[in-house]
Parts: sequence; structure tokens; C-alpha cells
Amino acid sequence: MSANSQNARSYIRAAITIGAAALVYEVAARSGYFAAALMPTIPTIARTLYAGILDGSLIEHAAFTLYRVMFGFGLAVAVGVPLGILMARFAAVENFFLPLVSALMPIPSFALVPLFMLWFGIGNLTTILIVFYAATFPMLFNTWSGVRSVNPLWLRAAGAMGADERKLFWKVIIPGASPFIITGMRQAFLRAWIGVVGAEMIAASDWGLGWVIFDSKEFLQTDVMIASLVVIGAIGFVFERAVFGSIERATILRWGMVRAAKG
Amino acid sequence: MAHASGQANKQCWEDADTVQDAASTVAVTGMDDRAPSAGVQRLRLIARNVFPFAVVGAIWEIVAWAGIFPQRLFPTLEQVALSFVQLTMSGILLHHTVETVLRLTSGFALAAVVGVAIGVLMGRSRLAEDIFLPLVSICAPIPGLAYAPLFLLWFGLGNVSAVLLVAFVSAFPIIFNSWTGVKAVKEIWVRSAQSMGADDRRMFTHVILPGALPYILTGLRLGLAQAWRILVAVEMLAAVPWGLGWLIFGAREFLNTDAMLAGIAVIALIGLALEKFVFQKIEDYTVVRWGMVAA
Repeated sequence: MSANSQNARSYIRAAITIGAAALVYEVAARSGYFAAALMPTIPTIARTLYAGILDGSLIEHAAFTLYRVMFGFGLAVAVGVPLGILMARFAAVENFFLPLVSALMPIPSFALVPLFMLWFGIGNLTTILIVFYAATFPMLFNTWSGVRSVNPLWLRAAGAMGADERKLFWKVIIPGASPFIITGMRQAFLRAWIGVVGAEMIAASDWGLGWVIFDSKEFLQTDVMIASLVVIGAIGFVFERAVFGSIERATILRWGMVRAAKG
Repeated sequence: MAHASGQANKQCWEDADTVQDAASTVAVTGMDDRAPSAGVQRLRLIARNVFPFAVVGAIWEIVAWAGIFPQRLFPTLEQVALSFVQLTMSGILLHHTVETVLRLTSGFALAAVVGVAIGVLMGRSRLAEDIFLPLVSICAPIPGLAYAPLFLLWFGLGNVSAVLLVAFVSAFPIIFNSWTGVKAVKEIWVRSAQSMGADDRRMFTHVILPGALPYILTGLRLGLAQAWRILVAVEMLAAVPWGLGWLIFGAREFLNTDAMLAGIAVIALIGLALEKFVFQKIEDYTVVRWGMVAA
């Protein structure tokens, strides 16, 4: 059996499973055993989703959420990568920051939300800072271990061929650490994405997908809630697969730093 | 699908590795100095780890005393320590902590049992894989907290929602890793056990389970970390009567920044203890000892 037909078969099976699960849900929703407000039927959810996209409200919420995520994530990369490299290259920096980072890392980002709300108020700033806090640590740790794990043989070979510090850095260390850095970005984005939804719920501003979900609880709009969940899932999925997948293909796979996973 | 989760798993391993690496480096830095005696070396190590905290603490104190920010919002460290001691002495902090830890353990235990069972079943049976994989792959990428309002509507405010949500969220990494672990058991081990006449049960307990254990443990570890991250937020949203998340959220209403910071300190300590004493120990006793991964 060729790999292709096997793929097709597993898609068909997945479709059957999802169809069956949807059917079970639909039957439960229509049975009247549960309150209709709590368990909307699938057509209702689809209509809400469609209407939300058409009148632009869901898109606007998504845009706000994305803005916060990208801002916080960008900050995390801008701080995490240089600091990680410095920590790996200079023992003094490592000695200073490592204990601090190890102490801060186990604090879940949500624990800081109330504190940040007091300090920075409700809204964008708090949310962005929470995202930044959540995303920085994976970025920092992966960069740090990536730079440390650059094969010393490469460093010596480049040194023997007369590479100066700057060339060594750009041509050997950065490409060598890139698989770790990209893994770090992926993890950081995942954390950021989790962080933004929670921060939007707690530090309720007036826009954002997390806020919509939480707000629709107040009005028992379960259909709006589930529609927003679908949008959140879709955006996360697109980023994970399309954005980071293509970054990976364009850099480290092409440079031959890792082999493509098979199967 | 298999390809993607294989990659996810690789990342999980790297995640766990880096964390471990960090921890061991904390312990190792300073060891390579040729200090005269073990005592001096120890002191130097402690001093090196304390120094950054002293610097940050001093900066905090200066800012707090300078009065740039209102005292209520930016208390001095003495105030935080004082409220920490007061809350501990009155037993309030202890009560909050116990409730949080109970919620964490019950949610995580639920996730561990169900998650490992589903994951192993998915790894062993084609039918189970076909049924669960699509559902799990759809539900997993949505951030756990996004489900919170839905759970609150379905199961009401309070403990049931909190525990179920923690279990639901932490089950995903456990399922994925157990599944990959069972799939990653080397074919040659299975075949050699078969040729030596192992029946299904022995095969499972002696080959599959030990072979998959490093992955399962990674999954449990990630699941626990996930549960911990989510629990604090869930406690804020689910209106539970006790719990550290509620403590810091409630303290905001009364501008008790010192109580809030004391709560955050306890949360940090629990997180650190989970990592250091629970999972590193389990890993040392099982997979490292069996030589499944390098120590």
C-alpha cells in the first residue's frame, strides 16, 4: 500500500470519527435534556460564527488578540535571544541571571495578572506584559542551551580558518544554535497564545477573543463562546503549522541542521 | 498527524532537557573552581546564587522607599515579609495552600489515569487511534483557559469545574506522549520478546510499558506543569472559597499588594518544589536508573 492511499484512508477515518462525535453532540443538544442556552446545536454555532465573521466583530476581536500576542512575543524574542546568547557566552552574565530566571520561571504568568492590573491598569499594557512574561522564559532557555550546545569542533575549525569574533558569531554560533532558537520560538508562541487568552479574561479590557469568551458567559451566549473557541483554535493551528513550519523549512531544514521527521 | 506530534514530542523532550540542564547547571556552577576546601566552595556557591537576589532586592527596596509609586501598590520587602508571617501564623496562607495543592493533585491524578490509559490504548490499537486522535488533535491546540467559561457554565462555579478543567487541560500532553512512547518502542525489542515466547500480558508489562516510560514520564511532567500554570488562573475565575489564586485575586480588591506578593512567593515555591522534588526524583529512580536516558 502506498503512503498516499494510507494517508487518504486515515483522513477518511478521521472524518468519520469527527462526524460521529458531531452527531452525538447534535443529538444530545436536540434531545432537550440539556438547556438549549448551554448546549447550542451545531447549526446555531455555525450561524453565529458566520455572522460574527461577516459583521467583522469576531475579526476585530481576533485582530486585538493577535496584536497583543505579536507585541508581547516580539518583546520576548527581542529580550530572550540576546540575553540567552550573553548568558551562554559570558559566565558573569550567566551567574547573575540564571538564579533569578530559575526562581521566576516556576511562577505561572497568570499569578502575576492581578499584580500587573494594580500596577498598569486594565487593558493592552497588562496583557502585553503578561504575554511577554510567559514567552520570555522558553525563548531564553532554548537560546541559552542552543548556544552552549554548538559543536566545539566547529568553533575550533572556524578559528583555525581564521574567523574573527564577529564572523564566528554570525557564521557559526547563530546557525548552530538556530534549531534550538526556533524550537524556543515555537514554545514561546504557544505560551504567549495561552497567556493572552487568560490575561484577556482576567484583566478584562473591551476587545479580544479571551474577553469575548468570558463576557459571553455572563449573557449565556454559549454559541458565541464556542464560535470564539473555534477561531482561537484555528489561529493557533495556523501559526503552529503554517508560520513556524515554513520558518523551519526555510532555515534549519535547508541548512541541514536537522533532518525532517519521517512518517 | 504522526509526523506533527512526533515533532511536538521532540520539542517536549528538549523542553524537559533544557529545564533539567538549567537546574543541574545551577548546582554545578562554581564547582569547577579549585577552591581549597569543600566548605569554602560551598559558601562561594551559596554567595554566587544569593548575590543576584540581593541586588534585585536592594533595587526593589530603594524604589519602594523613594516613594515613586504609592506605598499601597509597591510595598517594601519588610511589609511583604510581615504579611507573609502574619498570614502564615494565622493559618490562612496554609489553608489556601492546602486547598490549591489538593485541587492540583486531584485534577492531575484524574488526568494521569485517564491520559495514560487513552494514550497507551491509542498506541496499541488501531481502532482507538482512529477514534481518539482526531478528537484530541482538535481539542489540544486551544489554550486550556479558553475552555474555562464553558466548563463554568456546564459544571457550575466551584471545585468541580476547577478540578475537571485542570484534568482536561493536563491530559493532552499526557495522552500525546504516552501514545508516542508506545509507538516508539523498538520493533526489535517486541520481536525478540515474541520469539522468546512472551504472551500479551508479559509483553505489555515487561517490554511496552518500560519502553514507553521515558515518554510517559515526560508527558506526566509536562501535564503537571500545565496543570499548575492553569490552576492559578482557574482559581481566579471559578470563585472557589479558598486557594492561592483566589487569595491573590481577592487581595487586589482591597489593594493588599503585600498579601498578593506573599501569595505569589508561595506559588513560586510550590512550582519550584514540584519540579525539583517530584519529577526529577521520579526520573532519577526510573528511567535514568534503567539507562533509558543519560543522566
